[in-house]
Amino acid sequence: MNLLINPLKSVLIAALVSAPMVALAETPEEKGMAISVESKKRDLGWQDMQAEMNMVLRNKQGQESIREIRMKSLEINGDGDKSLSVFDKPRDVKGTAFLSFSHPVGADDQWLYLPALKRVKRIASRNKSGPFMGSEFAYEDLSSFEVEKYTYKYLRDDACEGGTCFVVEQYPVDKNSGYTRRLVWLDQSEYRIWKIDFFDRKNSPLKTLTYHDYQQYLGKHWRSDLMKMVNHQTGKSTDLSWKSYQFKTGLSDKDFNKNSLKRAR
Amino acid sequence: MRDRLFRFVLNHPIWVILLTIVLVFGAASGAKNLVFKSDYRVFFSDENPQLTAFESMQRIYSKSDNVAFIISPPEGKVFTPRTLGAIQELTEEAWQVPYSTRVDSITNFQHTWSEEDDMIVEDLVLDSTTLTDADMPRLQEIALNEPMLLNKLISPQAHVTVLNVTVQLPGINPVVEVPEVVAKARDMRAQFLEKYPDMEVRLSGMVMMNNTFAESSLNDNATLVPIMFGVVLLGMIFLLRTFSGTFATVIVIMFSIAGTMGLAGWTGFFLTGPSASTPIMVLTLAVADCVHILTTMFYEMRQGVEKKKAIQDSLKINFQPIFLTSVTTAVGFLSLNFSDSPPFRDLGNMVAMGVMLAFVFSVTIFPAMLKLLPIKVAAISDEDRNDLMHKLGKVVISKRKVLLPGMAVVMASLVLFTPQNELNDDFVKYFDTSVPFRQATDYMQDNLSGMTTMEISIESGEASGINKPEFLKAVGDLTDWLRAQPETDHVNSITDTIKRLNKNMHSDDDSYYTLPQERELSAQYLLLYEMSLPYGLDLNNQLNVDKSSTRLIGTFKNMTSTEQIDLEAKIYNWFAENAPQYKAEVASTSLMFAHIGQRNISSMLIGTSVALLLISVMLGLALRSVRYGFISLIPNLAPAVMGFGLWFLIDGQVGLALSVVAGMTLGIVVDDTVHFLSKYLYARRERGKDSQQAVRYAFASVGRALWVTTLVLVAGFMVLAQSSFKLNADMGLLTALTILIALIVDFLFLPPLLMNLDNGDKVADTTEDNDADSSNNLENKGDTHEPANQPA
Repeated sequence: MNLLINPLKSVLIAALVSAPMVALAETPEEKGMAISVESKKRDLGWQDMQAEMNMVLRNKQGQESIREIRMKSLEINGDGDKSLSVFDKPRDVKGTAFLSFSHPVGADDQWLYLPALKRVKRIASRNKSGPFMGSEFAYEDLSSFEVEKYTYKYLRDDACEGGTCFVVEQYPVDKNSGYTRRLVWLDQSEYRIWKIDFFDRKNSPLKTLTYHDYQQYLGKHWRSDLMKMVNHQTGKSTDLSWKSYQFKTGLSDKDFNKNSLKRAR
Repeated sequence: MRDRLFRFVLNHPIWVILLTIVLVFGAASGAKNLVFKSDYRVFFSDENPQLTAFESMQRIYSKSDNVAFIISPPEGKVFTPRTLGAIQELTEEAWQVPYSTRVDSITNFQHTWSEEDDMIVEDLVLDSTTLTDADMPRLQEIALNEPMLLNKLISPQAHVTVLNVTVQLPGINPVVEVPEVVAKARDMRAQFLEKYPDMEVRLSGMVMMNNTFAESSLNDNATLVPIMFGVVLLGMIFLLRTFSGTFATVIVIMFSIAGTMGLAGWTGFFLTGPSASTPIMVLTLAVADCVHILTTMFYEMRQGVEKKKAIQDSLKINFQPIFLTSVTTAVGFLSLNFSDSPPFRDLGNMVAMGVMLAFVFSVTIFPAMLKLLPIKVAAISDEDRNDLMHKLGKVVISKRKVLLPGMAVVMASLVLFTPQNELNDDFVKYFDTSVPFRQATDYMQDNLSGMTTMEISIESGEASGINKPEFLKAVGDLTDWLRAQPETDHVNSITDTIKRLNKNMHSDDDSYYTLPQERELSAQYLLLYEMSLPYGLDLNNQLNVDKSSTRLIGTFKNMTSTEQIDLEAKIYNWFAENAPQYKAEVASTSLMFAHIGQRNISSMLIGTSVALLLISVMLGLALRSVRYGFISLIPNLAPAVMGFGLWFLIDGQVGLALSVVAGMTLGIVVDDTVHFLSKYLYARRERGKDSQQAVRYAFASVGRALWVTTLVLVAGFMVLAQSSFKLNADMGLLTALTILIALIVDFLFLPPLLMNLDNGDKVADTTEDNDADSSNNLENKGDTHEPANQPA
C-alpha cells in the first residue's frame, strides 16, 4: 500500500504545486508581452475612425504655434494602420494632405499632396524618428500600436491616474527608431496607456508623454482627448488635443490612396 | 591693545600656533566646496545685454554649444570609401555623447533630390559599405556645391572635414556636465585613432573651450604655484640669509592661501579662469609683510638686542605700515567689484581677503614661530649692502636737472601710446598656442572656418511669415551681402534650403534654384522637407516654433573686437537701409566677448577712480599733508597709464583682463610712494634737512627695502605671466611691468620732482611740521629696518 500511495501522493503534490509554478515561471519578458497583446486585443475592431486634431507647440521661450489637422484612419489587420491627414492650419499649408501606410517594422509608405504645386510627392526617407510637423511628437509616437514593433519587459506595478498600472518597458525593433526604450504605464482594468517615458539613443531621458481625459466610444474603444508631450532636453512641449471622434463611418481602402489624397480637402 | 597682542603672542607662542592651525584648518576645509565652473558664460553678469540677447535667442532656436571633431584623413582626401565609412561610424557614435541633441557631418547631411515625382531626402552617405571609388567624384561635387557644408563641414580642397555635435547641457551641475562630454569626446577620438591610426582628429567647439578654462587654470596652479614657492624660497634665502625666517614665511603664505581658498569655499565662491589665479597673487602679496618684519628684527638683533625684544620691536615698528599697505592693496583689489565680469569681482574679493589674512598671520603666528625657531644673525654690514642705494641717491640728486625733464618726456611719451592700444577679446586667443584647444581651433580656422560667429535673428512679424516671398528675398539678399564681405567664411541660411527644395520640386532643374514667388509654395516645400527629416536634424536651429522668425548664422575669419563691433553695426545698418520693416537682432558668444572689454573698461574706470579716491584719502591722512597727498597722485597714477603705453609696444591689444590691472596695481604701487615720501618727510620735518639731504636719507633708509619687495612682486607676477591662460598671463605681465615702472618713477622721477618743488624751502610744510605727532605717524608708516629709522 505504502508503495502505491507514495507515488500517487507525489504525483498529486506535483500537480498541485506545478499549477502555480507555471504562472510563476512567466518571465518579465513574457508578462510584458502578454500585457501588450491584451492591450492591443481590447482595442481591435474599431474598423475606421475620423477625428479633429489640434496641436499647440511651445518653445522654451514660451512662444506658441498652432496646427489643426483632420484625420481619418483605417484599421488593417496584420499590418500597421492607414491614415490620411488634412492640414487646416497654419494657413499657408491649408489643404496639404498626408497619406501614410504604417508598417510595424521598416519604413512607412508616405505621400504628401501639395496644393500649391498641385502634385503628390512621395516622401522617401527614414524619418520614423523625425518630428511630425515640427512638434515634439515623432511619427513613431503617432502611428498605430503593433505588438511586433517592440520587445517587452514587465517591470513592476505602480499607482497611476488610471488606478494601478503595469509598468512595461518596450524596446523598439526598428533600428531607425529614435529610442533605445520606452517606459509605459498601462492601467490594469482597461489596459489604457497613461504615461510613456522615452529614452533617446544614448539612453538618456528624452520626453514624457501623458494621456488625459479618456472617453470610451462604442462601449469599447478608449481614446484620450488630450496628450501632452514634454521634451526634457530642449524644454519644448506639444499639447495634442482631439475632438469629434467618429468610428465605423464606412471608410475603405479606396479612401486611402494617392487619388483620394488629391481629393481630400 | 596692540602691545598686549604682541606680548601674548610672544609669551604663548605654542597656543597662538595651535589656535591658528585649528582656525586655518577649519577655514581650509571649506575648500572642498570650491569647484571650478567651466562655462564661458561666467564671464558675463546676468544683466549683461549681449548675454541676455544671446540667451533669449538660444531659447527661441536651439542652443549652439558644441563639440567639433576636425578630421584630417591621409593624403588629404576626405572622399574615399574608407574615410567616409570612418566618418559615418563616428557620426553614429556621436549620438552617444552625453546631452547630444544633434549631430552634423558630411555623411548624415540631408541630401535632397528628385526622382520622377518623388522627393528623396536621405543621408548623403547612407551605407558606406556599398560605396566604391566611382561614387567619390559625385559625392565630392555634391558636398562642395552645398553652401551648408562648404567651409563649415568640408574644406574647399576636400581635405579636412568637421563633425559637429550639438549638446544641450542641462546646466544643473556644470561642474560635471562639461567634463562628462569632454571625456566621451576624447574617448571617441582615442578609439577612432586606434582604428584609423593614419588619420588626425582634433577637438574644438564651445564645450572644449569651456573645459579648457578649467584645465588650463588647474594646470597653472599645479605648475606655477610651486614655481612661485621656489622663487620665494630661493629669493628669501639668498637675500635675507635665513632658513627659519624663510620657513616661517612659507607657513604664513600657505596659511594665507589655504584660509583664503577655504573661506571662499565656505562663502559660496566658485573658481573661474581669472579667480583661479588667487593663490599665486596671495602668495606674492603675502611675502612683503614677512620681509618687513624679518628685516627689522634682524637689524635689531645685529644691534645686540635679544631675540624676543627684537621681534617685539619689529612688530611695534611695522604694525601700522604693513596694516596700511595691506589695506590699500585690499582696497585696490576690491575695486574689481566694479568690473562687469563676475570672475574678476571674485578675484578681487578673494585676493583682498587673502591680503588681510596674510596681515593677520604676519602679526600672530609669524612672530610666534620666530620666537620658537632658532635664529642666527649673519654678520653683514648694512652699510655695504646700502652702498648701491647711496650711490643711486647721489646720482639722482646730481642729475636731477636732467632727470626731471627726461623722465617727464619718457613718461609723457609712454602715456601717449596708451590710447593706441586696440580693444580685443578673442576667446580663442585666451589660450596660448601650447593649449590643444587653441591648436585645434587655429587648425580649423586655417582650413575651414573659425569660431567667430554672429547669429542674426530676423522677425517677420507674423506666424509663418518667413514664407512670404518679400521676407525670403530680404533674408536671401542679406545672405548674399554677408557672403560678399571679405571676412565671411560661411553663412548658414534657410534660403539655401528653400532654393534647393524649389529646384528639387522641379526635377532638379538648376534654373529653379531660386526663391519661390508664392508664400504657399515655400510653406509647403518646407513642410514636406521637415516631415522628411530624421530625429535631431530638424529645422529648429534655423526657424522658431511658429515660423515667424529665422536665424542666420555667419562664421567669420578671425576678427578683433573692434572689427566685430564694426561688422555688427554694418549688419544693423544693412537692415536699416534694405529691410527696415523687419526686426533684427545680432548676438553670439563672439560678440559677447567683443563687447565685454569695452563694458569692463567703462566700469573699471569708475572702480579705479573710487579706489584712487579712497587710497588718496588714506595717504593724505597717513602723510598728514594735503600737499604731499596731491604730489603722491603722480607716482601712484602714472605707472598704470605708462604700463598701458608700454603694453602698446609689447602687444597692443587690451581687453577684459587688462582692464582690471589699473585698479589692481594701484593698491600695490602706492606702497612704494608711501614708503619713500614718508621717509623724505621725516627727514625734512624731524631733522630739518633740505630737500636734497632728505632724498639722500630716503634712498638710504628705504631704497633697499623697496627694491627687494618690488623684486618679489615682479617675480611673482612674472611667474603668473607664464600661464598658458592668456587672460592671466597678460594680467600678470602688465601688473609686473606696472609695479616695476612704479619703482622707477619713485626712484628717478619723484625725488627730482620733490627737490624741484621744495627747492629753497629750508623746511617744507611748516604748518604741518608744528605737529610733532605727525612725524611719529609717518615714521611708523614708512619704517622698515634701516639704521636711521630707529627711534633713538
